Amino acid sequence: MADEAPFQFLHNEVIQYIYKTAESGETENGRNITRLENMGFRVGQGLIERLTKDTARFKDELDIMKFICKDFWTCVFKKQIDNLRTNHQGIYVLQDNKFRLLSQLSAGNQYMEHAPKYLAFSCGLVRGGLSNLGVKSIVTAEVSVMPACKFQVMIQKM
Amino acid sequence: MAVCIAVIAKENYPLYIRSVPTQNELKFHYTVHTSLDVVEEKISAVGKALGDQRELYLGLLYPTEDFKVYGYVTNSKVKFVIVVDSSNTSLRDNEIRSMFRKLHNSFTDVMCNPFHNPGDTIQSKAFDGIVSGMMVQTG
Repeated sequence: MADEAPFQFLHNEVIQYIYKTAESGETENGRNITRLENMGFRVGQGLIERLTKDTARFKDELDIMKFICKDFWTCVFKKQIDNLRTNHQGIYVLQDNKFRLLSQLSAGNQYMEHAPKYLAFSCGLVRGGLSNLGVKSIVTAEVSVMPACKFQVMIQKM
Repeated sequence: MAVCIAVIAKENYPLYIRSVPTQNELKFHYTVHTSLDVVEEKISAVGKALGDQRELYLGLLYPTEDFKVYGYVTNSKVKFVIVVDSSNTSLRDNEIRSMFRKLHNSFTDVMCNPFHNPGDTIQSKAFDGIVSGMMVQTG
């Protein structure tokens, strides 16, 4: 599929760009992840608006999460989430065994320290999508073995 | 054709409202504002077994002496309200439906515009054009 590569390249360049501008002293270093996350947030908001245009109204939170795992994930990452788990109290764990934005990185531990910056945008994407559907959340990601990745979504109760 | 078209944010403040200039604008604001209660009622019925309505189009919200008020709620809880003249009996449900659909498509384009800030009022010429096409032509 032709549209896969440009997104990956663009995503890599965005990260490069943000870290380059930070190096030249325009922003302090800790804010880079936040900037990436905020970018993702805005994109997620727009994207979910478009994707949910023709779907029926969601029944509940779980219904929304399923939509994120299936349709939303397929649209952005060309595959579905491999495993969705929940404690039914507002915590959801989305596991992707071959996360696309990490799949081009070496599978060993060599680039482990760089993983967070490749996940920040996606965290924002999920958080933005959920927020536009009226679900406030905190999304964090963790990697234990390289192309696999776990996103933890904590729903903030109003 | 519509006499008033409004877009209301999920926090229930107006994002866009336009009515035919010849008539009392305040009255339309009031009508739209009143309709929000009905919208709320219809959405909260979703998920309960009786009258489970999962379509985005809510249908006729309520008729008044002079107007009929139709509603539509997107998945992001943004509300569209269209007010039509009661005397206009030729307007079918399907036409209203397609008006909402057009409105929704155009709204999505606005939301995906990187220069638009979500939550701000809508200032888009394309959206204006779509709305103008659906309003009653006066004069």
